[in-house]
Amino acid sequence: MAKESVLALRGISKRFGAVQALTDVDLEVVAGEVIALVGDNGAGKSTLVKTIAGVHPIDEGSIEWEGRPVSITRPHDAQELGIATVYQDLALCDNLDVVANLFLGNEARHASVLDEIAMEKRAMELLDTLSIRIPSVRIPVASLSGGQRQVVAIARALIGDPKVVILDEPTAALGVEQTAQVLDLVERLRERGLAVILISHNMADVQAVADRVAVLRLGRNNGVFDVATTSHEEVIAAITGASDNAVTRRQARTEKEAAQ
Amino acid sequence: MSDTVDKERGTEDTKAGSGSAPADGADGGAGNGAADRAVDPRLLVREQGFAGYLTEFRRKVRGGELGSLPVILGLIIIAVIFQSLNENFLSAGSVSDIGVYIAGTGIMATGIVFVLLLGEIDLSVGSVAGVGAAVWAVLSVTHGLNDWLAVLIAIVAGLCIGGLHGFFFAKVGVPAFVVTLAGFLGWSGLQIWLMGQEGSINTPDGSVVEDLTGYYFEDIAAAYGLALVGVLAYAGALLVDARRRRAAKLPSRPVSEIVVRTVAMAVVAFVAAYVLNQSRGLPLALVLFLAVLVIADFGVRRTTYGRQIFAVGGNAEAARRAGINVEWVRISVFGIAGMLAAFGGLFIASLSGGATKSLGAGNTLMNVIAAAVIGGTSLFGGRGKIWSALLGILVIQSIQQGLNLLGMASEIQYMITGAVLLAAVVIDSVSRRTQKTAGRT
Repeated sequence: MAKESVLALRGISKRFGAVQALTDVDLEVVAGEVIALVGDNGAGKSTLVKTIAGVHPIDEGSIEWEGRPVSITRPHDAQELGIATVYQDLALCDNLDVVANLFLGNEARHASVLDEIAMEKRAMELLDTLSIRIPSVRIPVASLSGGQRQVVAIARALIGDPKVVILDEPTAALGVEQTAQVLDLVERLRERGLAVILISHNMADVQAVADRVAVLRLGRNNGVFDVATTSHEEVIAAITGASDNAVTRRQARTEKEAAQ
Repeated sequence: MSDTVDKERGTEDTKAGSGSAPADGADGGAGNGAADRAVDPRLLVREQGFAGYLTEFRRKVRGGELGSLPVILGLIIIAVIFQSLNENFLSAGSVSDIGVYIAGTGIMATGIVFVLLLGEIDLSVGSVAGVGAAVWAVLSVTHGLNDWLAVLIAIVAGLCIGGLHGFFFAKVGVPAFVVTLAGFLGWSGLQIWLMGQEGSINTPDGSVVEDLTGYYFEDIAAAYGLALVGVLAYAGALLVDARRRRAAKLPSRPVSEIVVRTVAMAVVAFVAAYVLNQSRGLPLALVLFLAVLVIADFGVRRTTYGRQIFAVGGNAEAARRAGINVEWVRISVFGIAGMLAAFGGLFIASLSGGATKSLGAGNTLMNVIAAAVIGGTSLFGGRGKIWSALLGILVIQSIQQGLNLLGMASEIQYMITGAVLLAAVVIDSVSRRTQKTAGRT
């Protein structure tokens, strides 16, 4: 791969009590690329993402940021590095308007007096560059549609100029058109040179925007596929482990015997 | 986001989105969105000029964003009814009395607005007001401490008591309702204990607390001057804001709207000043109450701290993830409520001629909470204005004043105030429901 990786995970393991959630997982995230993280429920996707975001510190393994080893033990560490996470439950304040939500916890201010005009201007610019269309930046988030709320949540993650954006199931509760809007936005993030980690259950979405697909199965790596050259079925097989069961093993054996 | 109206909105939005998608593709998303920003009929872009302002106002009312409208209508209706029943209701003396009487409970209601913005409730403000008055009276009168120092200690005591409530709520996780209910009982016990044998301590002549509601600026220039300063500051703030927004190429208020707002403000301010000057002049109590309102309003609307209060009231988890210290916000808000309660208690002591064992008991708590809610601050958190304390307490005090003039017994007053409170909460709940169906929670 020509481009250098922004973030690399090497041999990550994570235990919760008796449960081994992650075992020896590797992941490489490259700038200007969308990597999809897929796997069945309980495969460890969310745990992996939370270790990157600093919610759960890792037990074993190392994390490299732009080639040098770093330790991420708190959400703050991840934010400092430039990792922004958009969680499944959007974490927007319904009663605040779009501008207030975008800058929440990161307000433009003189002393502690808010500079609403600077914030509104920057919000408009940001939404324009992302071609996000919402009725007004001064209406409460509660009055936006599901897709609009999702793009606001993603835009919010971009306020701190991150290098890696993690999207946890961004299209889970959205309709067809709204999903398309969010996927458009994901592509625009890639065009801006950001690295995007996309967690999704929806293979159609993954095929639509991702460059590579990293499959997790039972807390282990189960292959990284190039989307352009991999069929839908191969990825599904890796997710479900369909290529590794009694039937397929028998099939492979009989084919081998037949060949001999 | 589960009702059908929202879904309909959602699909409409996306239709528009798909319509404009090819255009985006054509310019390659080059970031010149502002230039080709499609004018969509459903977008809430305010038309320029005064007509646009009216359209937006009508849309807001239809959508359930009533704002201060019901209260202002209510005040007008109250004034008309009582004036027709008793011609003294709008006399200078009566209005001046209302202006003085609202100060104590109004300041307490301002504290309650802070707590309601968090989506919580403080049931202890009446008792804390009593403790504040008792602390001042015991220190200043019984122990002969410096009057100013005693007042300061009383206010700090309120701050500490409120902070303690906040600590149990935010750190320990006891529901605010229970913590402040315990406080309601406990602090009124402390108040009675502090007052000891006497039962009441009269305000000495010439003390700071007596002046709180007893002092009037008799020079007519004071009332007119304050009205002028207020109106000029208001108009100036609007104009500066509009100019900065225009400079930043953001939508700004049309000049016509600024003129209308300023004129409305000026009429209210100067009529009030004129009426007050017909009586005893500008009451110090009203000046202090307005000062508390202005400072609190600025803090809530224009500072990061105020933004944090709204965020915690709207979605505490989102606020926490945004790096806001939720526990500190909660503790400090209860501290502010306690502080303003103790400060308001001093006004009540001043009005009633001294601190008593029962100061702040009875319907004080109900009136304070009712004032905040009647003024339009939601009980459900995250929505409201500091000025609702003023509007709400004006409604309550006007009703009491009117009923007193008519010689009605206090039991009738209780029933009427109760009905008004219920009406206010009904308006809050209904407008919330309307806002939901209109997609604006």
